[in-house]
Amino acid sequence: MSAPVTALFRPRTLNDALKMRAEQPGATVMAGGTDVMVYIESGTLKPTAILDLWGCSGLRWQQSITGGQFHGAGLTCTDVLRSGQSHPLLEAAAATVGAVQIQNRATLGGNICNASPAGDTLPVWLALKAEFEVASVRGRRRIPAASFWQGYKKIDLRPDELFLGILIPPLFGHTHFRKVGTRLAQSISKVVFAGRYNPGVDACLAFGAVGPTPMRCLKAETALVAGAAVDDVVQLVREEIAPIDDIRSTAVYRRQVAGNIVRRWLTSL
Amino acid sequence: MSIGTSPPRRDGLEKLSGRALYADDFRPDGLLYGATVRSDRAHAKILSIERDPAFDWSDVTVVTAKDLPGPNIVTLMTDDQPILADGITRHVTEPIALVAAPTRERALAAANAVKITYEDLPSLFDPLLAEGHDVRIYGDDNVFKRLHIQHGVRTDTTSHLIRGRYRTGLQEQLYIEPQSMIASPRADGGFTVRGSMQCPYYVDRAVKRMLGHDRLNVVQAVTGGGFGGKEEYPSMLACHVVLLAQATGRPVKITYGRGEDLRATTKRHPAIIDLATLVSPEGELLELHARLWMDGGAYHTLSTVVLSRAILHVGGPYRCPFFDLEGTVVATNTPPNGAFRGFGAPQAQWAMERHMDRIARELGIDPLELRWRNLYREGDVTATGQALQDPGAFAVLRAAEAAAAAPVVRKTVRPGVENAELREGRGIAMAWHGCGFTGNGEAKIRGKVALEVRGSEVAVLSSSTDIGQGTETIFPMIVADTLGISMDRVFNTEHDTGIVPDSGPTVASRTAMVVGGTCEKAAQQLLGRLRKEHGEGDFDSLLQRWRAADRGLLRVEETYEVDASVVWDPETYQGDAYPTFGWSCVIVDLRVDVDTGEVIYDRVVTATDVGKALSPVLAEGQIEGGTLQALGWATAEEVVLDARGCMRNDRLTNYIIPTALDAPEFVTALVEIPFAGGPFGAKGIGEIPMDAPAAAVAQAIERAVGARLDSLPMTPERVLAAMEIR
Repeated sequence: MSAPVTALFRPRTLNDALKMRAEQPGATVMAGGTDVMVYIESGTLKPTAILDLWGCSGLRWQQSITGGQFHGAGLTCTDVLRSGQSHPLLEAAAATVGAVQIQNRATLGGNICNASPAGDTLPVWLALKAEFEVASVRGRRRIPAASFWQGYKKIDLRPDELFLGILIPPLFGHTHFRKVGTRLAQSISKVVFAGRYNPGVDACLAFGAVGPTPMRCLKAETALVAGAAVDDVVQLVREEIAPIDDIRSTAVYRRQVAGNIVRRWLTSL
Repeated sequence: MSIGTSPPRRDGLEKLSGRALYADDFRPDGLLYGATVRSDRAHAKILSIERDPAFDWSDVTVVTAKDLPGPNIVTLMTDDQPILADGITRHVTEPIALVAAPTRERALAAANAVKITYEDLPSLFDPLLAEGHDVRIYGDDNVFKRLHIQHGVRTDTTSHLIRGRYRTGLQEQLYIEPQSMIASPRADGGFTVRGSMQCPYYVDRAVKRMLGHDRLNVVQAVTGGGFGGKEEYPSMLACHVVLLAQATGRPVKITYGRGEDLRATTKRHPAIIDLATLVSPEGELLELHARLWMDGGAYHTLSTVVLSRAILHVGGPYRCPFFDLEGTVVATNTPPNGAFRGFGAPQAQWAMERHMDRIARELGIDPLELRWRNLYREGDVTATGQALQDPGAFAVLRAAEAAAAAPVVRKTVRPGVENAELREGRGIAMAWHGCGFTGNGEAKIRGKVALEVRGSEVAVLSSSTDIGQGTETIFPMIVADTLGISMDRVFNTEHDTGIVPDSGPTVASRTAMVVGGTCEKAAQQLLGRLRKEHGEGDFDSLLQRWRAADRGLLRVEETYEVDASVVWDPETYQGDAYPTFGWSCVIVDLRVDVDTGEVIYDRVVTATDVGKALSPVLAEGQIEGGTLQALGWATAEEVVLDARGCMRNDRLTNYIIPTALDAPEFVTALVEIPFAGGPFGAKGIGEIPMDAPAAAVAQAIERAVGARLDSLPMTPERVLAAMEIR
């Protein structure tokens, strides 16, 4: 059951968007609508005002800039797959989101700000040590991906701020993405993993759907870089993650599978 | 001749182009929207039903059990299920009150503003504890039905005793179109009901009994799938919209949202099946003892006949000199379970096929070889004493083996699993399925079909609905070929109980075989009548002579008559359980990811004895769709209940059915062993695709990774836990 939406704001420019956001801090921000529409239908979200960024220019671009590669928040999964310019980890994640219809509407910024622990692209940003750029009429700031998700569905975004995009720094190493879903399309992750390993230098083992937020396994990463045996790294991964039983899967399964994925990847290098 | 060819389906273009009108597309003038106030308790006394005083009720009508014009009973098999709960609720989601309002949103808000107070009663959820439990849900002992069949001669030779317990869970039919129904007042004080349904006359009978008069007609709207889920449930929904239309004097529509549909409507009966067999050292079955329990939920619905079909199929397509089969279906405080494609037979045969694998394992015999040794042969006698004629078991096994000899083309694995370790496995399973109603069902129904000549066209009047399986195409083909005219000149009328005779319900794999057969006889009767009056000639020349003689409306009605040689004793369950049986063999090739327990289906070969493929494309569609539905039951679909017995995963994102991407390559062999009692030799094929695949999957998983699973569904969680590898 949904209350009527009484106001719809559709800014054409980023400046307008930021102004509206400042004036309407209670409005629900929507991009592709692939989450918002579902929440409204199911009654879990009852917005009275919506700030629709779908037609807003200045959010849907991708470019190499100083310090790395920038992805606008409004890029859809399909944009990422078509451009051929994105990091392979991101491409792999984008290809597993929903199905083609969802990929055509679902945006990178939407996935990040919806902040579902099971969001398919979220571990990618952790593995790539991305920075998020947000803005308000007061100015811009950058937040490391690792500190953006503060708790279950809780993000470091103030009521007058909009999410602008993602900066991926140049990084090296082997990478691996794996989503364990429920089926081959229209699937929500039971476990999702993005890993990057630069032997002797650094490693990121990032998971989704195994805790209240997307998370890295810092102890396992340290052990890996220090040259620990794969079995020990796997053991640390299983200790660090905090999965639960829910309607999609079990904690036992998630823990076992998370370790198996890491073992399979590291032993295949 | 159209039979044996695959003309485009009659309803195809309208459905593809979006022009087809489903129930929710109808918006008659003055339409009100209904919504249902449901119980949120598993078992409770209803103390009060009150309207929230803060809510604006000015344009809302509320109906409760007190407003019923007639008996508070959803008429079906037994009189236990109320149209609206009165004084007590026996399961969560049970309807307690109804509201009607000018918009859907207002109706839903009003339903939320009806406040129920309860006094909780102890509730019962475990079917194995239900019989004689202190919590009384049905009758004296919570037993809806117990059936026992014993037949044959016990063995006195040396043999192995092999026992096992097998389980299956709830499954949702998941028709694409949710339940939807509209009632409109008629000028004569009666009502027209239009909606999504399989069985217009079930609805007709239920509503007429509630109303206490006959001023009612029921019309099937284009229906987006049923699979049994629209066999009995629409009777309740139709009673609801008629109640609201009567209270308001206006047309009222209720269309369930997906979540409500999933939470409230019927599912496949869960089953627990214990099998014990005595087997010779060579693997011949000597005795089969079965003890089967089914969970019927809080009301009877069709549980007795679901149980009956389960017991009659539990032996699988295998000969055995002695059968001792007992089944019990009990009540629990969960939403009622009901009809679902296969109707008990898939649960029972899952158990028997897994048991055959267990026998093979324990005796060290190849599972395929074990099946070869035990399949029914000509003249073998079933558990009901029925001597089988032309059993197709060997034919489908040979056809499936031949089709499976071609190499499997493995699909490209998906991104991210390039480095996965995928282990291959092949599994084989077999099934039989009784076509049409059990025992004397058809003799009781005496289903009717009428044909009417309208201009140069012939109208087929039946209550057999098209729920996706092809009735609108098949009946015209049968009639046209029998009359010797083009099928373009034959069409089904709307399925309106005000016009069409009662052909029986659209269930039990009976539509093509039984009602289609009646169509054929009706066409023969039509020709016979013309020939009697006007001598020899083809249909058109005879029709010309009929017209020239100014003989008026040309109409015939035909009734299905059961062959007098068919004998059935409903007391002892001995005799001819079914007019004929379909047979199937399924060979699954899959891979299991050893890190995740996920199953990737590569190829499913099926060989099915269909009697005669009236339209091969439609037959293949039925079989492939049913097989995919069975694969979902095998490894994906799990209904998760909360502590009140309410479905928690009530969305399509978390009740997981296979998508097109999950579908394997299908190789679908149609075997045609004609049945003399069916039109052009056709047998029923609607349900048999559901029977064998899950067991073939289980065997393939066992071969691939050593995981032995005897419970459905075999989710990745369960596969991984059962794997011996790590």
